[in-house]
Amino acid sequence: MISHWSHENQQRATRLLEQYPEKRSAAMPLLYVAAHEHGYVSDDAMREVAELTGLSAAQVQAVASFYTMYKRAPIGRYLVSVCTSISCYLRGADAVLSAIEDETGVLDGETTTDGLISVEHVECAGACGGAPAVCVNWELVEGLEPDKARELIAWLRDAKPEVVLGDEMQMLFGGRESFDWGPKELEGAIAPLPAFDPYGTAKAEER
Amino acid sequence: MTSSILLSRMVAYPADSNTLARYVDTGGYEALRTALEKMTPEDVAAEVKASNIRGRGGASFPTGVKWGFLPPDIRPRYLVINGDESEPGTFKDRMLLERDPHQLVEGIAISSYALDVQHAFVYIRGEYPKPARRLQRAIEEAYEAGYLGKNILGSGFDLDVTVHVGAGAYICGEETALLSSLEGRRGEPRIKPPFPAIEGLYAKPTIVNNVETISNVPWIVANGGAAYAAIGPETSSGTRVMSLSGHLNKPGDYEIVAGMTWRDLIYDVGGGILDDRDLKAWVPGGASAPWFVPSEHLDTLVTIDDIAKQGSMIGSGAVIVMDDSTNVVGAAHRIVRFFSHESCGQCTPCREGTTWLERILSRILDGYGRPEDIGLLLDVSDNISPGLSWPPAMTTICPLGPSATAPVVSIMRHFRDEVEAMIPAPAAVPVGAESDGSGEVVGG
Repeated sequence: MISHWSHENQQRATRLLEQYPEKRSAAMPLLYVAAHEHGYVSDDAMREVAELTGLSAAQVQAVASFYTMYKRAPIGRYLVSVCTSISCYLRGADAVLSAIEDETGVLDGETTTDGLISVEHVECAGACGGAPAVCVNWELVEGLEPDKARELIAWLRDAKPEVVLGDEMQMLFGGRESFDWGPKELEGAIAPLPAFDPYGTAKAEER
Repeated sequence: MTSSILLSRMVAYPADSNTLARYVDTGGYEALRTALEKMTPEDVAAEVKASNIRGRGGASFPTGVKWGFLPPDIRPRYLVINGDESEPGTFKDRMLLERDPHQLVEGIAISSYALDVQHAFVYIRGEYPKPARRLQRAIEEAYEAGYLGKNILGSGFDLDVTVHVGAGAYICGEETALLSSLEGRRGEPRIKPPFPAIEGLYAKPTIVNNVETISNVPWIVANGGAAYAAIGPETSSGTRVMSLSGHLNKPGDYEIVAGMTWRDLIYDVGGGILDDRDLKAWVPGGASAPWFVPSEHLDTLVTIDDIAKQGSMIGSGAVIVMDDSTNVVGAAHRIVRFFSHESCGQCTPCREGTTWLERILSRILDGYGRPEDIGLLLDVSDNISPGLSWPPAMTTICPLGPSATAPVVSIMRHFRDEVEAMIPAPAAVPVGAESDGSGEVVGG
């Protein structure tokens, strides 16, 4: 076990390793846990995942470098991912990306100098019926028009939410949804990683 | 005609359709009880086969037939649910996972019983943390209530279910790539055969089925395979969830029975074209599918076989509608860019070919197209998928590369004059000017 990880993350790692018939299968989940520990998928993070799974560090790096959501350099506290694939493109996604670049002062792929916001375009976020769509730390906002996208960025800067909640952003800035979102979702993201309880990246916040 | 198998609970109980209490209250887990108490695994598999249900992930392969490929004597076997939904235009599994996760959990439990599986996995794309959380909570509730875990409902049947979250790679929707990813490897497709049913996860017999496919299993067991087969045309049985997007008044997920016309689907179900504009083209089954145009296809039928006969596919059921203001080169470029980005890089025709296609379309968009680019686009496409026929011929391990040729061939077939009109006469290109490949005009 990785002694400098938090006690909770050590327990999570143990549980994740037990979930699979072969330890190597836990590499992807553990990369998320390690990324949360280190802030990104650092070289140390990859070595630790290698130690836990019995893979070589090179094998873990091969995995980490294949998937776009493992960031191997530090990124902002809020990762703003603008979907620019076909359905969002047809509904004006490029204007949303431009508005966000303008409002943040950084271009696609960059991070603000204060380390708060990273901007990227992504391939299909699976919100095509609610195009154009944007994710903040992988929590979704649908039907986000350029003006509202600017407001979303300003809100992130001012409110600095500890937990990024999709429902909250949708209510404040969103428009048409792909489908009725139905039940309220109380959990959200506490890092620029998918918010999933077994990985320790999700938290509930009542507001 | 719309009918409701998969969406009925979320329509009737929008505030809590995802909870165990609501699921059980509306008859949930009764099909699992019936299966475990009154049916043999073979009985359950026979009902699924009789339903004629075909996979909802893209390939439309008959599920019962796939299940039949498992070798009888090798254990353990695995069931892997494909929730990597990443085909541009598709957002149906997201709804099923977020709003009725127990329907999937019950489907997994019943299917695992039928297949003699004791450990099932659900692979959910990394961009879907909310669907993953909803499913994880449903699984925890199901363990607590005795629908998963040891000795389910006193039957002696054991089942564990693990949710695995991906990390942003479309290719993992291809079943062998998904298995590679689930084994902690790069998500690279494997050469078939061996098919996963023979040699899948950890080289053990494995069935990979889509979220929507398995979400139908509780209904099939509760009502019988014959009842399911009786819904809709014989070779497109049951309902399916279509994801409608693009220039529509009412984009969204709709559960339909196959057999309506495209006119009905686009103008009635989808509410018609935004701002009363004219329909220019649509993608009938996800970004990989060749496009349809109103002059040829509007009154043809939405069934698996009719779409195939017209040279395209229903795929993942994703319909992307383009109005008459659409720049088709721009739209094709956006789809090709997707495939170029998502190519895993193993096969040269795909890795290099998709990159070439993307760059050529990009320079045409930039105003720097060359007269020979028309021929070059077709030549590169032909090198990825010789003959440019349908279904596409393959030079690659998986269909991703050939998929990238679909939009290119589509615009050449239906809108060649528009593509040619975007290419300036040679003298019009300023000397020394070049496209930077960004899709924006620079220099000159």
